[in-house]
Amino acid sequence: INHIVHNGGLYKRPFNEAFEETPMLVAVLTYVGYGVLTLFGYLRDFMRQWKIEKCQHATEREEQKDFVPLYQDFENFYNRNLYMRIRDSWNRPICSVPGAKVDMMERVSHDYNWTFTYTGRVIKDIINMGSYNYLGFAQNTGTCQEAAAKVLSQYGAGVCSTRQEIGNLDKHEELEELIARFLGVESAMAYGMGFATNSMNIPALVGKGCLILSDELNHASLVLGARLSGATIRIFKHNNMQSLEKLLKDAIVHGQPRTRRPWKKILILVEGIYSMEGSIVRLPEVIALKKKYKSYLYLDEAHSIGALGPSGRGVVEYFGLNPEDVDIMMGTFTKSFGAAGGYIGGKKELIDYLRTYSHSAVYATSMSPPVVEQIITSMKCIMGEDGTTVGKARVQQLAENTRYFRRRLKEMGFIIYGNEDSPVVPLMLYMPAKIGAFGREMLKRNIGVVVVGFPATPIIESRARFCLSAAHTKEMLDTALKKINEVGDLLQLKYSRHRLVPLLDRPFDETTYEETED
Amino acid sequence: VQEKEELIEEWQPEPLVPPVPKDHPALNYNIVSGPPTHIITVNGKECINFASFNFLGLLDNEKVKSAAQASLKKYGVGTCGPRGFYGTFDVHLELEERLAKFMRTEEAIIYSYGFATIASAIPAYSKRGDIVFVDEAACFAIQKGLQASRSNIKLFKHNDMADLERLLKEQENEDQKNPRKARVTRRFIVVEGLYMNTGDVCPLPELIKLKYKYKVRIFLEESLSFGVLGEHGRGITEHFGINIDDIDLISANMENSLASIGGFCCGRSFIIDHQRLSGQGYCFSASLPPLLAAAAIEALNIMEDNPDIFRTLHTKCERIHKALQGISGLKVVGESFSPALHLQLEESCGSRENDAKLLKRVVDYCMSNGIALTQARYLEKEEKCLPPPSIRVVVTVEQTEQELDKAASLLKEAAQSILN
Repeated sequence: INHIVHNGGLYKRPFNEAFEETPMLVAVLTYVGYGVLTLFGYLRDFMRQWKIEKCQHATEREEQKDFVPLYQDFENFYNRNLYMRIRDSWNRPICSVPGAKVDMMERVSHDYNWTFTYTGRVIKDIINMGSYNYLGFAQNTGTCQEAAAKVLSQYGAGVCSTRQEIGNLDKHEELEELIARFLGVESAMAYGMGFATNSMNIPALVGKGCLILSDELNHASLVLGARLSGATIRIFKHNNMQSLEKLLKDAIVHGQPRTRRPWKKILILVEGIYSMEGSIVRLPEVIALKKKYKSYLYLDEAHSIGALGPSGRGVVEYFGLNPEDVDIMMGTFTKSFGAAGGYIGGKKELIDYLRTYSHSAVYATSMSPPVVEQIITSMKCIMGEDGTTVGKARVQQLAENTRYFRRRLKEMGFIIYGNEDSPVVPLMLYMPAKIGAFGREMLKRNIGVVVVGFPATPIIESRARFCLSAAHTKEMLDTALKKINEVGDLLQLKYSRHRLVPLLDRPFDETTYEETED
Repeated sequence: VQEKEELIEEWQPEPLVPPVPKDHPALNYNIVSGPPTHIITVNGKECINFASFNFLGLLDNEKVKSAAQASLKKYGVGTCGPRGFYGTFDVHLELEERLAKFMRTEEAIIYSYGFATIASAIPAYSKRGDIVFVDEAACFAIQKGLQASRSNIKLFKHNDMADLERLLKEQENEDQKNPRKARVTRRFIVVEGLYMNTGDVCPLPELIKLKYKYKVRIFLEESLSFGVLGEHGRGITEHFGINIDDIDLISANMENSLASIGGFCCGRSFIIDHQRLSGQGYCFSASLPPLLAAAAIEALNIMEDNPDIFRTLHTKCERIHKALQGISGLKVVGESFSPALHLQLEESCGSRENDAKLLKRVVDYCMSNGIALTQARYLEKEEKCLPPPSIRVVVTVEQTEQELDKAASLLKEAAQSILN
């Protein structure tokens, strides 16, 4: 079912997003599954306490046994009894470049995942559907790597100083000017870590007396930055524009909670692509709301920069909008550029302010020169400034891969969340046992996938998440699809009944959530 | 409804950011062309570097660079994922093992950003309702970690053990009034080995005594003292000869002595393993690029193979500390063996702005004569206890004795002409 747009002319292309309802039987069985696991967990804890079963996890020092316990027993219940059993699906060590195919170090556990030993063997050529390598720039050969090698031998690996002291290299200035040109904004500034970009700059922009409206499913870095700023935080339902409009109206009309004084600023925090849902933000509507209610927009394009849009400029280009409408464009270099770090782009006054008052510029070491060079080379490649069409080809390849993969999975009968054009593809698993089973079965067939459960997702909605890449060829995708089909039949994962609920019909309730710092 | 419409029309927000004056001292950065090593080219002028924290001179080391090159050829630049999702490389595991072995602890955990290390470690253990006793001169990263943890913060005067004991006694009295709450309230002391803001060390033996007397855990931040203090560079625990298991958590960044990027925490597995699931900067952020991890491993190798560089660094620090004494108008702040010193004005002019302008003239004079220095930068409105404006002087093993003497004499000249 195509999601029909309201606000007619705002969307220049169909916006197809769907989240199929969880089948009732599956939901019930999932709860039963968790119930059984919890019972066994209590039983095991009981046996460990009475020394019937050996206690495998680390304990406090003898000399400090009478200190206040560092961890509450209950906090770690989930960790000890549920996570531990399927722990081998995560933290898998690899030993090659994280490209389309990857080599993994084999590890075994003889005591049900409490400890791992490495056998020394390497599992070669696993199809990598877990790394964030959207445009395939994770390469150890080619122009990017050669340029980075040259800069490494000239500049060294570290910097040993902050931006404001003596760590501002000419390379950083070159990078920032390039980012501004890439995004189509006046000016930009780069930081060493994407997570820290959010958690250190949001507090510099808003403070007490300001209001932050944040999406329900925002990333931990945005939540931390919002908390550290000291502003009041209100949460609107995921991608739901009525919820956002209601909050905006209420905020302006009623003012601050106790004093009724008007808010100093209102900041809306959204992401380009939400990595757990695969959904794309409804940017045209958000911008229309922002203009109507005179608030500011902070767009976190961690996953969407390079991955969306006909020339890879992100979600703003995807919708055909003007980058100057977004007040603060933030993004990371880890995903599509094969490097590390984050950036913020916007008007010159904004960037000048951040250069002076951002926590990162004053106290954190600046970016490493070879990493900067990798970003410069890959960005020039995407823009076509290196004289080839490799960048454009990759962007197109990613879009084709996305459409093909999603279509095939839907045809097979799996429940896939998210927007049709998003390269992040969540496949629903629901039951706790299937999380571990899916990861292991796929690895047996030489495909590396990422599975996520509670607490990154709601407790019954655990999923497997595929990240597509421009480096995946059609053969690799076909192989992967065949194996997913096999495992889907084996584990009975084909829940879909092709009953897609259009997003607007989801009931919208009146509750709003507020979080304040006291 | 009409009223509401009017209110919405009338409301005017503040501008997103206030304008920054063009001559704000922090707005115009110095541009360094080329590598920030011993000889550094700042704004086009070649100077001797007395401003980067490159204590062991490993930034320019050929062995470190070739190890990083080999890693670049094998892995490329980025890791394309957090540690949990195919972002764990064998170099990360190797670096963690090597760091744990070097510091003689059970386990170590690596972060991809130095600032995020302590700022993620503290909130992983200390939650709302817990109590943290922290030194006034703690660096900004610690302050942000404490803010994120939402615990009760109690500041004690810098290096004043009597003040700390007073606070601990007060807390003990509180506990006796409410023993049930006291049984679940965790307590921590956060101190730095070598303070970035004042250049002196914390009195660790007394702290250990207080730890066992009042049952408080100690978190030690060793960014400046790792690779500097101690016979083999293991930090302040080696300097004072203390058993490393007595410290609950040691956190350090690899951006100073190891000349790489990132940070690590080390300690017993019981403590460190918890961060693998609840350290925000570890779980929700991409892992450290492998070439930087390889550079750090090679730097560790060099540190282990040449333990005499620490002796050399100490002698150079003592030399410059002595040479800078007696400059009229400037006083030296920092221990004699600290490689990162501060030079503050003996008498303030009255306002912080004017002090900073005077110091800038001193720095400019030195820069135009071939010695690169910098003022210590702070966020004035955000710091809990703002230190006075100062010039940062950093000593590295690569500086020769003539260069040390030249720096001292230039500073004397500058102080004479500008401050008198």
